[in-house]
Parts: sequence; structure tokens; C-alpha cells
Amino acid sequence: MFEQPVLKVEGLRKQFGDGCGHCNSLSVDALEKNYCTTCGTVYACQDLNFEVYKGEILGVVGESGSGKSTMMQCLYFDKEPTSGAVYIDSYKEGRANLFEESSQQKRYIKDMVLGKVYQNPIYGLRMNISAVGNIAEKLISSGVREVEPMKARAKELLEAVNIPTFRMGEAPKNFSGGMQQRVQIAKALSNNPPVLLLDEVTTGLDLSVQANVLDLIKEIQRDFGVSIIVVSHDLGVIRMLADRTIVMLNGKIIESGLTDQILEDPQHEYTQQLVNALL
Amino acid sequence: MEALLKIENLSKTFTLHHLDKHIKASQNISIDLKPGEFIGITGRSGSGKSTILKCIYRTYLTAVGDIWYDSEKFGRLNLATATERQMIYLRKYEIGYVSQFLNVMPRTTARQIVEESVLQMGKTLAEAQKEAIKLLTHFNLDPELWDSYPQKFSGGEQLRLNIARAMAKRPRLLLLDEPTASLDAASKLKVRELIEDLKSTGTTMLGIFHDIEFMEGLCDRQFNMEAGNLR
Ligand SMILES: Nc1ncnc2c1ncn2[C@@H]1O[C@H](COP(=O)(O)OP(=O)(O)OP(=O)(O)O)[C@@H](O)[C@H]1O
Ligand SMILES: Nc1ncnc2c1ncn2[C@@H]1O[C@H](COP(=O)(O)OP(=O)(O)O)[C@@H](O)[C@H]1O
Ligand SMILES: [Mg+2]
Ligand SMILES: [Mg+2]
Ligand SMILES: [Zn+2]
Repeated sequence: MFEQPVLKVEGLRKQFGDGCGHCNSLSVDALEKNYCTTCGTVYACQDLNFEVYKGEILGVVGESGSGKSTMMQCLYFDKEPTSGAVYIDSYKEGRANLFEESSQQKRYIKDMVLGKVYQNPIYGLRMNISAVGNIAEKLISSGVREVEPMKARAKELLEAVNIPTFRMGEAPKNFSGGMQQRVQIAKALSNNPPVLLLDEVTTGLDLSVQANVLDLIKEIQRDFGVSIIVVSHDLGVIRMLADRTIVMLNGKIIESGLTDQILEDPQHEYTQQLVNALL
Repeated sequence: MEALLKIENLSKTFTLHHLDKHIKASQNISIDLKPGEFIGITGRSGSGKSTILKCIYRTYLTAVGDIWYDSEKFGRLNLATATERQMIYLRKYEIGYVSQFLNVMPRTTARQIVEESVLQMGKTLAEAQKEAIKLLTHFNLDPELWDSYPQKFSGGEQLRLNIARAMAKRPRLLLLDEPTASLDAASKLKVRELIEDLKSTGTTMLGIFHDIEFMEGLCDRQFNMEAGNLR
């Protein structure tokens, strides 16, 4: 290979429930839905394998319930996977399965290596402390101690995402959805993480605000060389942002490829439906 | 001389699941393209011309046949089976694609589009700015237009911007998909000059043109597509 991946996911599985004699004996492909009709166990992610490279945006599409957010939650340690591995090249030279690290190490990884923007800003921001304060908190946990440089950095980041200076002292609960997403992005970027996880960052925003956030993500990719996973059920967003795209259905990756190839020459029946719906 | 691009028995069939239909686009295509050569393809609409270019560029997957390309970075490799990351590299540094349609991010000015193309290759902003001015001037785009959005440009202006963007990377191989479609005679002449220009700098090109006259004296060799087959 001519380049090493920044992030590598191997055999990631997440199930809700213990399974039963029936579903435990089935292979990934034999399970047609993402749940067992006998015991109700949900197989939200089944054997996910993929890589992300430096400065690349990887798109993840799929209908509601296909397992996109569950995957992102596992990657950010919000949920414990049932099995699988994830490696990041800047942590222990990519040799440690992050899922097997201690919770203290996971904390460290979240502070130093990963950034995440949640679909719902409530999970990503503290709504009652100022925008600057939100970022300062993240900076403190990543090891910044001195107040003045911290404030300066917070302002710089909020400026980069176009939060007007006179509003930086306000709490995000007063902000519009688009502003909240932009503060989340600023916060996620504050520790210069090599990997950024974005779950439906533009969903529910009106079109012009959405365009703003998309521009911002493109800029981040170009200026910081960050590797980004972008989850969206909106193929338009994926078309704008992603270099490569994976398509999920019922917890499985059914197809992956260069984004223009996925859109213009989709192979799987489900992907063809998805693309036709966009046209 | 070694071919820069050697297509062997390429066939592309599209399977449309919901219609339970198979569309045979291009069948049994073989083409050799030597370094510096310019091959033109003509043929009626729907005969499978664009499909060939899109298979080379990996916008379409190739299941049958080989597309051997002599890469500066990777040496000889089959574009039909190269990894996605290799294709991304080649698109960034070696293979350009120009179509009659402009496909760009909204709210990006003509100048930014060319700059972006240079930036993608890892150049500095200053270098990109300089290069963009050079190319936009070279391809005769009115400076009044440089800082406006190309969605409103005329067909000919969009095309020149498209070519400027592709040339910013100085590709070794340039794929041209009907770059003269819907242009008036004067603009066509401009494009012809552009292509002659590229030829003189040694760019290897594979182009689709709907009028044979245009290709006269311009291409080193010509092919005609008929219902998926090259003649
Ligand atoms: N805590 C849980 N307990 C049981 N099932 C769950 C739980 N969390 C998620 N699931 C199930 O896992 C599957 C995947 O959910 P997930 O939130 O990952 O979907 P998604 O692809 O992000 O969908 P959307 O596009 O609607 O956000 C769904 O069937 C969901 O109902
Ligand atoms: N993405 C696609 N999906 C399905 N069919 C396609 C696709 N692209 C091209 N085709 C079909 O393949 C045939 C050749 O198309 P194309 O290569 O675009 O022709 P040309 O460029 O010669 O006009 C046509 O029948 C067209 O409808
Ligand atoms: Mg979700
Ligand atoms: Mg065509
Ligand atoms: Zn079961």
C-alpha cells in the first residue's frame, strides 16, 4: 500500500439483546432484517469493516435505523461494541484496539485524538454556559492550563465558524440550530483532533444554514487535513462532501466506492433505489 | 513507444434492479493511446462514448476488460481494479476529466475553483493564487468574471473554466467529454486553439466530439462508435 489509514475499523458489531438459539446460529447475511423475530435482539451493526485516510471525508449513508449513529457512538465510546476493533495511527502507532483500552485511556483518546459533533446539540454542548466556556472546557480537558491563551484560542475557533464576537459570551441555548452546530464543530476542532466524527450535522437546519455548515466542513478538511466521517441520510450532503462513501442497510455495509461512482453507477438494488429517490 | 493507456476488451453493462433490465453500453472496446497522442471518438448519442471515459475515471465500475495505465506514481496499473485511494490520487495528480457540464460547489468563484484545484495538490495558497491568475488569463476568461459564480456563465465560459481547472493539475492524461457541445462557432474555434495548445505541451488526450469536422486535422487518430462497438 502506498499510504497507511488514519483510522481502521475491523469487524465492528453491536447488538442490543443476548440473542437466542435461532439468531445466534445465523450468519450476518442470513439475517434479513436487523433484528431477530424470535427474541427481538437488535443487530444494529454487523461486521463493519472500513478505513479512513488522511485528509479524507468518508460518507456514510443509509436509511433510518441502518446503524449509522450506533457505529459513531461505538467509535466515540458512547456505546460499548459487542465485538470488533478500531485503530488510530496517532495512538500507540495504530497498534492498540481502542475498544480494549482502559476507561481512563478512552477519556484521553476523546480529549486528544477524536472530535465528535452530535446530531442533537444537547449531547455535544452544555447549553447553559457560554460558547467560549464550552470550548474552554474542552481545552482544559485536553491539557491547556493558562486562561489567556485558552480564551484567545476559543475566540479564534468561534471566529473560524462565524460566531460573531459579541455573541461568544452567550450560552448556546440562545443560539439558532445552525449556530449551535457551528459551536459544536468549533469545540470538536479545539484539540486539533486527527479524526472528526460528524453525525447528521446538517439535519434539521434550513438550507442556507446547511450550506454554511457544509462549506465549513470542506474548509476544515482542506485547512487542517483532518480525516472526517460524515453520517447523513441525505445523499446531497454526501455528494458535496465525501471523497468515498459507504452505504449501510440493516446494520451492514452493502456497498462502498468513490462517491461519484456510488451516485452514478450504484450496484446494489437498495443503493439504486436511494439514488433514484434523489433524482 | 509504450502506451500511456491501453484499454483491452472493455465491456460495460448496467443492471437496473428495479426494472429488471440490463443495458449494454460499451462492448468489447480496445484502444491504445501513446504518450502525447490525441485520439478522438465520435458516434451517435447513446452509443456508449461517455461510458468509456467514465470507466477510465472510475465514475463507472468496470467488470469486464482491463484499462492499463502507465502511472508516474504507481507504474503500470489496471484502472479497472486499482484501489479507490489510488484512483483518488490519480484524479488529484495525473488524470483530468472535462465535460460539457460544470460540476462545482455552489458559491465558489471561478478564481477559487482553479485555486482549489492547485491547493489539492498540496501547493501553498500563494502558489495557487498565482497559478489561477495565469490559467484564467491563458484560457481567456474575462477578468470581470474571475470573482463571480460560474453557475451564471455562458456555456463557452464554463467550459474554459472547466479546462483551466483540469489543467491546473497538469494532468498526464486528459479525458474530454464533448467539450464543444452547445458552443457557437467562435467558441468552438477557441476550444480548438486550447486543444492544440495542450497538444503542443505534450498532454495525452482522449476526447469525444459530436462533429467530425471539428476533429479534422486535430486528432492523431479517430474512432467511430456504433451501438457500443468501436469502428
Ligand atoms: N439502546 C438501544 N436499544 C435497542 N435498540 C437500539 C438502541 N439504540 C439503537 N437501537 C436500534 O439500533 C438500530 C440502529 O439505530 P441507529 O440509531 O444507529 O440508526 P441510524 O442509522 O443512526 O438511524 P437515523 O438515520 O434515524 O439516525 C435501530 O434499529 C435502533 O432501533
Ligand atoms: N449510469 C448509467 N446507468 C444506466 N445506464 C447508463 C448509464 N450511463 C449510460 N447508460 C446507458 O448506456 C448507453 C451509452 O451511454 P453513453 O455512454 O452516455 O452514450 P454516449 O456518450 O455515446 O451518448 C445508453 O444506453 C445509456 O442510457
Ligand atoms: Mg442516527
Ligand atoms: Mg455522452
Ligand atoms: Zn434471536
